[in-house]
Amino acid sequence: MAKVLIPTPLRAHAGGQKEVEVPGATVGEILAALTAQFGDLRQQLFTDEGRLRTFVNVYLNDEDVRYLDRDKTPAAQGDTLSIVPSIAGGVR
Amino acid sequence: MSTVAAPPAALTSEELQRYSRHLILPEVGPEGQLKLKRAKVLLVGTGGLGAPMALYLSAAGVGTLGLVDFDVVDRSNLQRQVIHGTGDIGRKKIDSAAATINEINPNVRVVKHEVALSSENALDILKDYDIVADGTDNFPTRYLVNDACVLLHKPNVYGSIFRFEGQASVFAVEDGPCYRCLYPDPPPPGVVPSCAEGGVLGILPGVIGLIQATEVVKLILGQGEPLKGRLLLYDALAMRFRELKLRKNPECPVCGLHPTVTKLIDYHQFCGVPKQTEVPQVASGDISPVEVKARLDRGDDFQLIDVREVFEHQICNIPQAKLIPLGELPKRLNEIDPAREVVVHCKMGGRSAKAADLLRANGFTRVLNMTGGILAWSDKVDPTVPKY
Repeated sequence: MAKVLIPTPLRAHAGGQKEVEVPGATVGEILAALTAQFGDLRQQLFTDEGRLRTFVNVYLNDEDVRYLDRDKTPAAQGDTLSIVPSIAGGVR
Repeated sequence: MSTVAAPPAALTSEELQRYSRHLILPEVGPEGQLKLKRAKVLLVGTGGLGAPMALYLSAAGVGTLGLVDFDVVDRSNLQRQVIHGTGDIGRKKIDSAAATINEINPNVRVVKHEVALSSENALDILKDYDIVADGTDNFPTRYLVNDACVLLHKPNVYGSIFRFEGQASVFAVEDGPCYRCLYPDPPPPGVVPSCAEGGVLGILPGVIGLIQATEVVKLILGQGEPLKGRLLLYDALAMRFRELKLRKNPECPVCGLHPTVTKLIDYHQFCGVPKQTEVPQVASGDISPVEVKARLDRGDDFQLIDVREVFEHQICNIPQAKLIPLGELPKRLNEIDPAREVVVHCKMGGRSAKAADLLRANGFTRVLNMTGGILAWSDKVDPTVPKY
């Protein structure tokens, strides 16, 4: 079980929720459980080939999973998974 | 360029008085204040993030502030771009900002770069500055600023905002990561909404811009721990700051071990978006608001579909249009007759372009996108339609 933090731009695809508790022992399992629950999120997070999109980062607690073991990274009870997409705003 | 001037040797008596609260701080003192006075900082954009940065950096005594902006102050800017006032509507942002800065602190030398930053001019503009603060609102400029800073070895103080959330970090310092280490590629156009589409809490850029300003001052003074290798996330609704670790990516195409980007590229092509300054081309599949009006007046047979959100429709609408928000479109295709022509519109034309693609992918053969959305309708057809 892990807590997944959904960023504002993706909340519309996750039933408007900002936090979702999902089961899973690894980052990959957690994201699979999340996208099983919210089908619309799958296309937002993954390419058609099933790779995490390059403008979406996933952090297990405060570590980027790209520098851990990616989707095989083990997640412990009570860990927090953050989805952090790039955002563009500033001037206009 | 005119920014090159002899470094000031001392503080004047006016400056000693003006900066007295800095001078008694051991971390600043007269020496630090002189560093600020000698510093040259470039602000890319004088909008939501640039406005608070410019206000506080000028008050703090940064000697040279370069401003890059080619936009004009619009009434809808004033909710957050606090360097501009109601009397500045219609004025060039760069002139309005310079006037406010000079009023706050006439010791600051403002250098105006009234251009769109581009691959052709970026290195030439950036090279004379010590620090670059990125307050851009679009991905092409964001990647351009990042790459130029890496190539020139200039710290890039980054901030970005969306609705109630912000990000900040310091890129391209010593062994620190750059923006491409964080996000190697931009999102495809239209996937990430801009502030104009997604909205932004007016105060949010104030918070993020002042985090950027704080980092600029710390870098100049050489004090404290820079926000390097850390991505600061701010959630205004939860009133919570979080910090994520950022690592320098050894495979980064611009700052990695074997860089493949060694000069500036075409960032509009990289991000897959047309240049901002270009007049949108009328492509096949596009229709102008004027032509839509003519067809409505003639009583032509077509379906006009508004794909904006319900609250936007409440602000203003074209009475003949049927509202189906983009997010609901896939489930409501049965409400549109594929045998008849369809014209889609939104606020500015971006979302309706996606809607048009979606309709075509679902077998609708006669689909047109109204260029410029309801804002263009207000400009070209019916000025009584309020703009938002």
